[in-house]
Formats: sequence, C-alpha cells, structure tokens
Amino acid sequence: MRHQLATFKLDDCLYGIDVARVQEALRMQAHTPVPHAPKGVAGLVNLRGQVVLLVDLRVRLGREGFGEDDDPMMMVVKVDGEPVSLLVDQVGDVLEIDGSRFGSPPPTLEPALRDFVTGVYQLDDELLLALDVDLAVQV
Amino acid sequence: MDAMDEIVREFVVESYENLDQLDSDLVALEGDAGSRSLLSSVFRTIHTIKGTSGFLGFGALEGVTHVGESLLAELRDGKREMTQRTTDVLLTMVDTVRELLRSIESTGAEGDLDTTAVVASIQAVLDGTDAPAPAAEEAPVEPEPVDAAPVDEAPTEKAKPAPVLPGKKAKAPLPAKPAEAPSAAAPEPAAAEPSAEEAPVRSATESSIRVDVEVLDALMRHVGELVLARNAMTSIAADIDDPALVHATQRLALIATELQQGVMKTRMQPIDNVWSKVPRMVRDISASLGRQVRLDMIGKETELDRGVLEAIKDPLTHLIRNAIDHGIEAPEQRVAAGKPEQGVLTLRAFHQGGQVVIEIADDGKGIDPQAIAAKAVERGLRSAADVADLAPQDVFQLLFLPGFSTAEKVTHVSGRGVGMDVVKTKVDAIGGVVDVTSAVGVGTTWRLRIPLTLAIMPALTVECASETYAIPQINLLELLAIDDKQSGVEYVGEAPVFRLRGRLLPLVDLRDVLGRTPRESLVGAVIAVMHADGGRFGLLVDHVRNTEEIVAKPIAAAVKGIGLYAGATLLGDGSVTLILDIPAVARRALELQEAIGDDRDVVATSTGETEQMLIVSVGEDRQVAMPMGAVTRLERFPMDVLERVSGSLVMQYRERITPVVDLAQVLGLGSTFREELAVVVCQRGDRSVALVADEVVDIVECAIADRSEVSGYGLLGSIIVRGRVTELLDLEATVRDADSAFYDVQDAELVGAGSEH
Repeated sequence: MRHQLATFKLDDCLYGIDVARVQEALRMQAHTPVPHAPKGVAGLVNLRGQVVLLVDLRVRLGREGFGEDDDPMMMVVKVDGEPVSLLVDQVGDVLEIDGSRFGSPPPTLEPALRDFVTGVYQLDDELLLALDVDLAVQV
Repeated sequence: MDAMDEIVREFVVESYENLDQLDSDLVALEGDAGSRSLLSSVFRTIHTIKGTSGFLGFGALEGVTHVGESLLAELRDGKREMTQRTTDVLLTMVDTVRELLRSIESTGAEGDLDTTAVVASIQAVLDGTDAPAPAAEEAPVEPEPVDAAPVDEAPTEKAKPAPVLPGKKAKAPLPAKPAEAPSAAAPEPAAAEPSAEEAPVRSATESSIRVDVEVLDALMRHVGELVLARNAMTSIAADIDDPALVHATQRLALIATELQQGVMKTRMQPIDNVWSKVPRMVRDISASLGRQVRLDMIGKETELDRGVLEAIKDPLTHLIRNAIDHGIEAPEQRVAAGKPEQGVLTLRAFHQGGQVVIEIADDGKGIDPQAIAAKAVERGLRSAADVADLAPQDVFQLLFLPGFSTAEKVTHVSGRGVGMDVVKTKVDAIGGVVDVTSAVGVGTTWRLRIPLTLAIMPALTVECASETYAIPQINLLELLAIDDKQSGVEYVGEAPVFRLRGRLLPLVDLRDVLGRTPRESLVGAVIAVMHADGGRFGLLVDHVRNTEEIVAKPIAAAVKGIGLYAGATLLGDGSVTLILDIPAVARRALELQEAIGDDRDVVATSTGETEQMLIVSVGEDRQVAMPMGAVTRLERFPMDVLERVSGSLVMQYRERITPVVDLAQVLGLGSTFREELAVVVCQRGDRSVALVADEVVDIVECAIADRSEVSGYGLLGSIIVRGRVTELLDLEATVRDADSAFYDVQDAELVGAGSEH
C-alpha cells in the first residue's frame, strides 16, 4: 500500500497529512484577529468568499506562535467537509511512501507533539510525522 | 384582481389545481368504481373546497359542495354504488364549482349564478327520488354535446357534463379531462370568460407559479454573494479613478440592489399567512377559558421574509395565548373593574426603519411588577433583596428568565413553565428584540422588533483599536460623538456615564470588552447608543466607518463559542469582519464591571448576581446605596432651594413642585444644615421625586446577596462598600411615601416623557 502525503515543515520537523484531506496550500493572506478566541486561533481569512478559521499550528503543538515578522504559509485542510486553514512554516512536496515504513512514534518524541502525531514514516534521511488533523484543529 | 383578497386568490389557485386532479380522479373512478382511495381523494378535495368556501363566505359554493360531499361520503363509505348517474351529477357539480370559482376569480364574488338546479339534482340522487327522466329545467344528464366543446376524445361511456348554467355562461362547462392533460384545464376558463372589461386580468393560475422554497433560498444566497461582490467593486472603483469603471460600477450597484429587492420580494409573505390562524385560536382559547375576546388585526399585509415568518410563528402563538390567559380577565372581573365584558386583543404589524414591528396588546389586567418580583423570588430565580429595588421595566425583564411562569395555576393553555424565555430565545435567534410594557388594570403590550430578512442585514461598521467590527442596525438607536470638552460625559466614581437628554447612559468601551489597549482619552470617540435586553447602553468605539449591507457567513464553532460574535461577514475590501452580538457584549461588559468591582473591594458573591448602585453620603459618616437603574438625574443645588409646604419638603425643579425626601431624616439623623445638596432625581412620566444627600460618592457594582438583614424604616439592610457599612435604601417605599401616585404613571407616558427632555 502506498500512502500519499502532503508534507510541510514546522520548526525543522517534517509533517505529513493524508493528501485527500488537503484542499490547497496558499501563501499567507491578510486575516482578521478574533478577540478572546481560544489559544491557537490566529484569526479568520476570506477564502474565495468563504470565512475560514486560521489555526496557528505552532501554538497547537506547544510552541511559540507565529509573530508579525514571520511569513508562514496556509495549508487548507478539510474537517467535516469544512475548510480550516493551518499556519505552517513551509509547504513541501506530496510524497508517496510505502505503508510498510509507517510505525509508532519513537519514545524520544517530545510529549507535546506525541498527542498530535498518529505515527511516523521512516524516510531515508529523516522522520515524517503523521499529523492528526482532526485533533490539530480542535481549538 | 387587485381587489381580490390574497387569501381568496390562493383559494382559487389551489382549488383549480385540486379540480384538475378531481377531473382525472372521477374519470378514473368510472374505470375502477370501487376504488376507495380514489373516492377518498375526491372526497377530500370537495371537502376542502367546502370548508374554505364556508370560511370565506361563499354560500353558493358551499351549498353545492356540501351536497356533493354528502353524496361522496356515501360512496366512500360503501353505502352507495357508483353509477353513471352519480358520476354525471358529480361532474356537473365539478363544473358548477369551476364556474363559481371563475366568477370569484374575476369579480371577487360568486355572482348571480343559480345553483339550485345542480343542488337539487344531487340531492335527488342522494334521496333516491331521482326520476329516470328528470325535468328539463333540471340538469340534463345525458351526454348532450350541444355547445360544450369537448377537447378530449370523450370516451363514450363518460358522461358529458350538463350545461347546467343558463345563458352565456353555459358555453363554459368543462368536460372531464383525461389525466394526461390536467394543466390545460386551468387557463381555459379565462379564455371562456366573457366579461370584456376584465380582459387584461390574467387568471390566478396563469399569473402565479409554485416554486420550491429551496430554489428561492439558493437564489437568496447567490444574491447575498452578489451584494458582497458589488461592495467589493464599489470599494475598488473608489480607489481607481476611472470614469468608465465608476459608471459601470454604479450600474452594477443599481442592478444588484434591484435584484436583491426583487429576490427578497419573492420570499416575502404577508404576516397574515401566520395571522390567519389566529382568529380560530383566539376563539378556542377564549372559549376554553371563559373569556370574551374581540380580536383586532392591523397591518395584515405587512410583509416579512418567509424564514423570519416561520421563526416568529411560535413566539407569536405563545404571546397570544399568554395575553388571553394571563392578560384579559374573565367577564365578571372586567365588569367589576368597570371595563366592557369583552376584552380586546390587538395585533399590529408595521414596517419601521428597515425592521418589522409586531405588537400584541391586550386591555387586560396588566402585569403587576410586585407579583412578578414575588414570583421570581418564590421560584428562587432572584433573592428578595435582589428584586426589591428594581424599576418596573427591569422587573418585566424577569419574565424572560428561564423557568418563570406567572400563571397562578398551570393551565393547559399556558403556564407550563416554558414561557417567555422561549419567546426571547427564538426572537434572539433571528436577531430580533422583544420587550414589554404594561400598566396594572390597563393592559399589556408585547413588542417584537425583527429584521426584514435573515439573509442580508443592514449594519454599521465601526473601528476599535484599528480593527473593524460590524454592529447590526437593529440594536442601534443613535450615534453621538464626544467633543473636545467631553460635554455630557460624567464620572461617578470611575465609571463613565453619558447624560443623554436628562438620562444617565452607562458607557461600555468596546476596547475593554474586546481586551484591546485601553483608551487614552474619550475625546473624539463615538458613542453608539445600543438597545439590548430591554435596556440601553452607550458603546464607545474609536470611530464609525460606514453603514453597509452585510451577509452573515457561518463561522467556526471555536469563534461562535466565544459568545461575543453573531457571525462574520466580508466587507467591500474583501476583509473578514466580525459581527458583534450586542446583547452578549452588554453581558460581557457587566462581567467586566464586576471584575473592576472586585478591585475596589466590593464584596462579590459566588452567584455573581450584582447590581449597579449609586452611593451617596449623608451626615457625618453615613452612606446610603440605591439602585442606579431607578435614578434619572444627579444634580447639585444650594440648600435654599428647599421649601416647606404644609409640613412637607418640596423644591421647584424644572418648573414643577417636586416632593423632596431628606435622606438624613430617613436615617433618623434629623435635619442638618448643608451649604450644597447632592440631589438624586427619580422621574417617571411627568412626576419626579428628589432625594437629597450630602455628596455623591460613587457608582459601584454590588453583590446584593451580601446584605445584612439589619434594617430600619425605609432601609432594606446594609452592604459593605469599600470597607464601609452602607445602608441600602428602600427606594420604592421612600419614593412612594413622598408621592403616592408616583408608580401609577403608565409606561407609555414614561417613554414619551423620556424622549422629551
């Protein structure tokens, strides 16, 4: 079984999302902040007439959130049929990986990440963390 | 057709459709005489027409369908076999019905059509006295295609409808049509209609079509998108100074507006669609409760979006039931109170400022604020101390609390403990506002203000800390700018208030509510006077951008869950803007003030029930608190304004003799000399009472439940404010002592008086 994964970088880690869950990847757009929003909500963006929630994945993964000077990218994923936009450092290629390379996360993985990762793919030169999209967007 | 009532028009359209079905059913029946389901269908159709025509007062139509129904009932119940003769008379009946409908359609009345013959012929069949060779003036029953031009193949066994009608109208009877061409039947009557003066009038079936609501909803959504696109175009065109673009944009804007209005119109329905069921409901309820009620409905033609109409159905029903059950008294009580036996329930609907206002007014016993307060305490919704000082208008708000029911005993009509809170929730859900005014013995008026449509709403866009927010116009009363001198702004303690036409308006800073950087100066800020939850407050914003038509877009649960935003919309520049949920903002502001109250060492209770209190000092070291809501104005006057008239203290205030209560005396301190007085004015309608004290100290949020029960006359107990014992004034009793008629002023007068000053 070949797994197709859309990849992105966040703090030098490589993450992957099942390509079927990904709607598109875009450059960061002007967004509207939401006062009193739960942690991890970066705001709302206008995606071709649709108001879409912007989730700061760094905050969700227990890191310092994106700042004014950062130039993140938006990875738009489908959750329950509705688009949600994830803020990531850099969107990467779509990789096709053999299912046999999939395994449980190594014990060395930091605990903050562990909850959000369903498992890892062992690539030739690095690890690809499989992101639990549904959990990641649950702000 | 303009003269024709909407309801009659609908009846005609519906009946034509049903008759088409009936024709095919009757024909099918000849082939399958025993079919129970076919007979039932035919029976239902005739039954419906009979019922409606009786309701609408079309006697001849009712008469014809009545005998027809009797005959059909026997057929359906198997008491009679379907024979050619019965088919004949039934088809004759159908034709007569058609003829009558045509007359109703074109003239609004049944006309002078003679239906006795057809009634007699059906009756004859029913009675079994039907002679094989009936009299010639009765409906001929044998197929006689004299001048009735059959348009179908006319199977030989099928009876030709008899030309039952004399004169020129006789050429109109329609033969039963085969099932495959039912729609052709409807336009034909119009063609046959001889009255030349009504030639341009299209028949009801031609001029209206039935459209799936889904289609209209989708259309409305697209128009919403178009409105947003137009806003964007307008915004872009304003930046690019190109005459051609500006021209094109203006035309687009115009067309979009017209289209929007047009599509909205397709979804508009007169409120009568809901009201039409009210007379029956009122009749039934009043009968079961032994009330006599006359129903007046004003503004039946007022149109609302069908979505809105659907949403107000339940609240309206509830309010009407409530008005009869709890409002209008039993006849003997009314007579005893010097009123006519028959109570009057008035429904009124009208458009006002892009909104629809619906009033449900009764001339019943009114709502007694004290009974409400007592009930709230009994139900454990509020403490006795809580309600003691509430202004009547605030007391009425208790009615909207979940679990409140004022029924002395629970009846099947209302008072199941699910009451006004449900009304409020439903009205809130569509962005509407509900409030109530009432005077004991005179009556109660419930007022719903609801948006014209749910899809597109007018809104005000405002700026706060460089961010833009939208405020629904329905919550907005007026806009005020704060000038360089900050005229009108007063601070009582640290809380800013605005003196608006003599009333103190509490100010809520949107920056504080949204947790943005605090405002450095009030100068230049704009006060948006908001109306929410039956109260008003001034929302401070940096400045006002625009008024815009906005389309509320669904937002993620995470944002909705914050409870401050009603939704989001897109502005002309494509940016997302949050729509403020004004009642929620008001509640959030109250929580904030509570937090500030904590800083000031005001004892807060675990229940979080607090009230804004005005604190004044009296004598050397006494403090008195009274509910801020009941205070109209704060003034300062020299001591010598006080005069004594026949033992009572009065002062001339705004060209009236106003009774004065010296709080020093209420506290048992005796009169002391003071150079200047702090005067607290309570006003209701044109009556006012002045309370004098030494100084105004502060306005604080107080936890009411924390009062001690130690109290003297005119006092409710004491509370601790900033570490000091403060006596809580029984304001109502004190004011009533000074002016016994003070609380008799009606709310209607009160409202009028409020806007005068």
